[in-house]
Amino acid sequence: MAEKKTLTFAVMDAAYENARTTTALRLMDIAARRGYDINVFAYEGAVTLPFSKQSPHPNAVHGRDADQEDHPLPRKFIAGLMKTAKEKGGKVDWINCGLCVDERGVAEAIEGVRRGSPGDLVKCAQSSDNTLVIGTR
Amino acid sequence: MKTLNIIETAYRATIEEQDDTIVWITHAMKGAGADLSVLLRGNAVNYAVKGQDASGLSFGSEKQTHPPMIAEDVAALMKKGVAVYIAEEDVAARGLERTDLIEGLKPVSRAGIAKLFDEHDQIWNW
Repeated sequence: MAEKKTLTFAVMDAAYENARTTTALRLMDIAARRGYDINVFAYEGAVTLPFSKQSPHPNAVHGRDADQEDHPLPRKFIAGLMKTAKEKGGKVDWINCGLCVDERGVAEAIEGVRRGSPGDLVKCAQSSDNTLVIGTR
Repeated sequence: MKTLNIIETAYRATIEEQDDTIVWITHAMKGAGADLSVLLRGNAVNYAVKGQDASGLSFGSEKQTHPPMIAEDVAALMKKGVAVYIAEEDVAARGLERTDLIEGLKPVSRAGIAKLFDEHDQIWNW
């Protein structure tokens, strides 16, 4: 088994806006499957990723109702990451920037997400093997 | 741990935020004890231009009462001990002169950026 690492990710893109979010989640998925401890600092639009009120919708273009469509929800991806990390002996500490949450009115987040500040990013980075920032372009 | 914050994407939601969000988070992290430097490159070199004025904006009856003052915010970072580097070629490519910019910046050539990276433990490209 690979040596256990602690990695910090800072992400900025809002849900459903950019492929960078998928890339970030894929990187986190690899780390979760390896049992690493993962810190995520969600800044600006990225605080919408674990928003608990994301809802699936039907897709008339595909000719499918909501159940058939099974529309991807970032909150479910994040919950899946948390579950896998725990099963593999790691954890995901997802921190939503509190001011960014307030600006956007997205205080309702899935279980396991906590509110924080830039000081939490500093602490996470200082206690991690490495930090990857995936900013908005 | 010494970290270099690279700011390249410029004027992203600065009217809504009344700040550049990365300049802002650099202030906040410095306040939390982080050891930080900043590199302005690409369009973000314009953050160092003196005399910018984004005031006077309104949408119908709603006024934006506190416009961003990003050059002042960058200058305030330097006063807090954050070194602010600026990419020389990106300044020149935009027709800016040294006299257009605020004082205290550390010009760095494109060729010198790799050495700058080497002087930091982590590089955060926002």
